[in-house]
Amino acid sequence: MLGDPAPSYALAMADYQSWGRIPKATASAVRRVYWRSELAELDLGSSAALPYGLGRSYGDSCLNDGGILIDTSPLSRLIHFDFERGILRAEAGLSLQQLLAVAVPRGWFLPVSPGTQFVTLGGAVANDIHGKNHHRAGTFGRHVRRFELWRSDGSQQECSPDQNAELFRATIGGMGLTGVITWVEIQLVGIPSPCLQMERIRFRSLDEYLALESESSADYEYTVSWVDCMRSGPTRGLFQRANFAGGGTPRKARRPLCVPFDLPSFALNSSAVKLFNQTIFQLQQSERISRLTHYAPFFYPLDAVRDWNRIYGKRGFFQYQFLVPNDAEEAFREILRRISSARQGSFLVILKKFGNIASPGLMSFPREGLTLALDFPNRGQATCDLLDDLDELVQQAGGCVYPAKDARMSPASFQAYYPQWKEFSRYTDPQFSSSFWRRVTAGAVA
Amino acid sequence: MKRILITGATSAIAQETARLFAADGAALLLVGRDSDKLAAVADDLRARGAEKVETEIVDLIDLARCSRLIDEAVEKLGGLDALLVAQGTLPDQAECEADPLKTLFEFSLNAMGPITLLLRGAAYFENRRSGCLAVITSIAGVRGRKTNYIYGSAKATVSTFLEGLRGRLCGTGVSVVDIRPGFVDTPMTAHLPKQALFATPESVGARIYRAMIAGDDVVYTPWFWRWIALVLQLIPRRIFVKLSI
Repeated sequence: MLGDPAPSYALAMADYQSWGRIPKATASAVRRVYWRSELAELDLGSSAALPYGLGRSYGDSCLNDGGILIDTSPLSRLIHFDFERGILRAEAGLSLQQLLAVAVPRGWFLPVSPGTQFVTLGGAVANDIHGKNHHRAGTFGRHVRRFELWRSDGSQQECSPDQNAELFRATIGGMGLTGVITWVEIQLVGIPSPCLQMERIRFRSLDEYLALESESSADYEYTVSWVDCMRSGPTRGLFQRANFAGGGTPRKARRPLCVPFDLPSFALNSSAVKLFNQTIFQLQQSERISRLTHYAPFFYPLDAVRDWNRIYGKRGFFQYQFLVPNDAEEAFREILRRISSARQGSFLVILKKFGNIASPGLMSFPREGLTLALDFPNRGQATCDLLDDLDELVQQAGGCVYPAKDARMSPASFQAYYPQWKEFSRYTDPQFSSSFWRRVTAGAVA
Repeated sequence: MKRILITGATSAIAQETARLFAADGAALLLVGRDSDKLAAVADDLRARGAEKVETEIVDLIDLARCSRLIDEAVEKLGGLDALLVAQGTLPDQAECEADPLKTLFEFSLNAMGPITLLLRGAAYFENRRSGCLAVITSIAGVRGRKTNYIYGSAKATVSTFLEGLRGRLCGTGVSVVDIRPGFVDTPMTAHLPKQALFATPESVGARIYRAMIAGDDVVYTPWFWRWIALVLQLIPRRIFVKLSI
């Protein structure tokens, strides 16, 4: 190593941003933790602290403006792997990509997988993430057997459904505010091969979509849909369903159909997105196709493009993910109409029906209903106004918005979506806070 | 490559290399100073499939202890196929300049220890007519630069030693691998500002793994450092002494 004594400027603080790159925040310091044994000497002074993994939260739930970030990404060691039973204990900074690289060759897979491999185990717990099999498996937290939590008073507590159960419940979906998760033990699921048998089916209305969901939920582990949000009239899109396959070799990987990785300008104006969506919808030659696919392009199509968030330019983008209960179907349609008439959305629109399996976290986002996630390039006030309107509709429908993706919801909206936030605040670490938490609890007394 | 001795095994680069050998089912003896850290690395390697992981807490400043490690590894692992010397420190240059004893101490860690291990390892492997001796040196050993010549000259000592040793072992079936990384983002360089030339320990570790299996001789990692090294070597001395690098 060259190791030149170099001019002492700050250690690339600019790298500690969120995925949507809104808002900009500057931590007063970053403490990078390389070893679990270093936590005992971790010096936080009197600043507010927050754990930071790979920064894939979209908004400000992973930011701590003016405070300390505790970067846990170097904590990526396995602690124990029971190859027979599929129980894995690993340090919280291990990314899901690193985990799968070890688990898949031994016939194990994540019980719940999000849309990217570039999140840490700790982040998966702290946001109680969900995936394409929510209707069968619930959220990630349901498969967590136990974890260890470091608190700013220096204590290290093991938490499980039976031990420190309240802290266990608060930390799952607790957005890193209850302390630093140092390791996590999860139950993996067995897979017969790394490949899935996948079907993709066109739908031309929300009713068609709902019929596909109910026809598939019993027999298919994974379902998810892409929706064309730039079109007035009935909602159309592509419905995907899949199961892990017994074996075989996947067809030579074609570029996944979802994203124009190499054509950033597409994202930036509405006629381009419209044209793109039309192409995606028509590109599939038949109404339904069926093929064998490797798990990576199926679960993580966007991971093929590093830093895809940059296509939205320096101003960044908002991601909005909401859910409404099943009985609020009309409200869901109204929200879709509002989005398509605003012509601000982009090509990345994902629709999923959550099942009725309860989430284990006190602050978990997923509950039974329909959820939609989409990107909005940052167009300033116009975008914020639209999202405020959507919030109102979601709130009226008894739904909620996902904090891990939020950069702008009002304290009133947050507190309406998560009335249990006051109970939750009893479990937060007194020295822990985030830009998100300060924003959504502003003016309120817990 | 089934049985491997790694000194400085808790270094970020050594951990990444060891993970790849562990996935192949290797047996490893890990040597380091800190018992908590060694235990964490050993657990990680076992969970990744290592057939056997032994640890030894040793302060590698103790050269007598260094000279016994090969024998210990042979005993604990039932033989030895490779040695990876990954120990090292990046000393504070100003402190070393002010204190010759500190300079000698750093020299001992970065050069004398590795040479001790290499002489013992060479004797063992030469006798068996197979094996791999690999050392993480540095791009800093290519020229003596005024900003970092104490670390650089210790690394250069090892590189020159390895070149001679390679000649001695030529034709015996023993490979001698000199790994020269550039900037790597590790705890050792945590205090340095990060720029575009920094590589991840994962990529450097993977390169070392491949080099040890292939029996490469001199390896710059990432690859572009070979050309930077060449440019450094070509700069005339009269100009070089005036450079502030």
